[in-house]
Amino acid sequence: MQALVDTLDPLAVAEAWVGEGRQVAIATVIETWGSAPRPVGSHLVIDGAGNFEGSVSGGCVEGAVISEAADILETGKAKILEFGVADETAWRVGLSCGGRIRVLVERVDG
Amino acid sequence: MDRATLQALNAARAGRRAAVVFTDLETDRSVLCVEGERCADEWIDAMTAALRSGKPGMIMAGGRSLFLNVYLPPPRILVVGAVHISQALARMAAIAGFDLTILDPRTAFATAERFSGVELIAEWPEDVLTARPLDRFTAVVAVTHDPKIDDEPIRAALTAGCFYVGALGSRKTHASRVERLRRLGVSDDALAQIKAPIGLDIGAASPAEIAVAILAEIIEALRRRHILSGSEAHR
Repeated sequence: MQALVDTLDPLAVAEAWVGEGRQVAIATVIETWGSAPRPVGSHLVIDGAGNFEGSVSGGCVEGAVISEAADILETGKAKILEFGVADETAWRVGLSCGGRIRVLVERVDG
Repeated sequence: MDRATLQALNAARAGRRAAVVFTDLETDRSVLCVEGERCADEWIDAMTAALRSGKPGMIMAGGRSLFLNVYLPPPRILVVGAVHISQALARMAAIAGFDLTILDPRTAFATAERFSGVELIAEWPEDVLTARPLDRFTAVVAVTHDPKIDDEPIRAALTAGCFYVGALGSRKTHASRVERLRRLGVSDDALAQIKAPIGLDIGAASPAEIAVAILAEIIEALRRRHILSGSEAHR
């Protein structure tokens, strides 16, 4: 049962992955406007192979965050991503619920 | 966030200590402050406010834009009775993000084999509750069907203002329980807080289904409680 609990705790997963020598990025919702699927403070963690645990939305923007994470893992430079309403002309990916979120993506160093 | 900060944060969370992480969005440097440990003066006010509100968010400090994340210990469920329902509830509560402890003085029931990976205490509730008092962030679920075991933790839970107090048993069983507790001096207002028969009324039949009904009722009590009075909003 412990293993099951751990997969639902992104920060515990991140620590375990770092311990295995994997490169790890942590994505965190830092601001939301309107109807946002996950509250401020929510985490998604990503490793260098694109494995991930946790969420920053209801599955709407995770794909985009994971592909950005690959760059961030390489350069080590944190980034703030912003996602809004899904609209093909304005946004490549977005939130179908109509909200807007900002997500900090940073590499775990050291 | 660097690795040492991540490890220290996870250690604080595992130890049920509240923590705040400040991240400078310009430099991506993070500072961790843990409740009850030393923290630089410049962070104390913001940390205190964050722990009181429980709300993460952006703040301005020293002309810098910071993101402040708050990590509060999860609410705890104390299950009195190491019964079949408790086995299912222990698993589900972990998934739903609650800490859970099983308490049952009957060593035949409270075995590590039946409750692998769960905190298990095979002692009398009155002994345990003296050493580890209940608090508002604890839900008490009494499911032994035995007044000698159930009554005292129910009384203690009502006194401590636990956000949820539920007791297994039919309406008839509950009526006699209410009578016993009233004789012990528990007020009618407090007695009315007890959820009995336990669990949301979804027609649950099996032990696992009853555990779902109990967990749903606990979540409702947690999310709809009045922060100031501690009672439920829709009561």
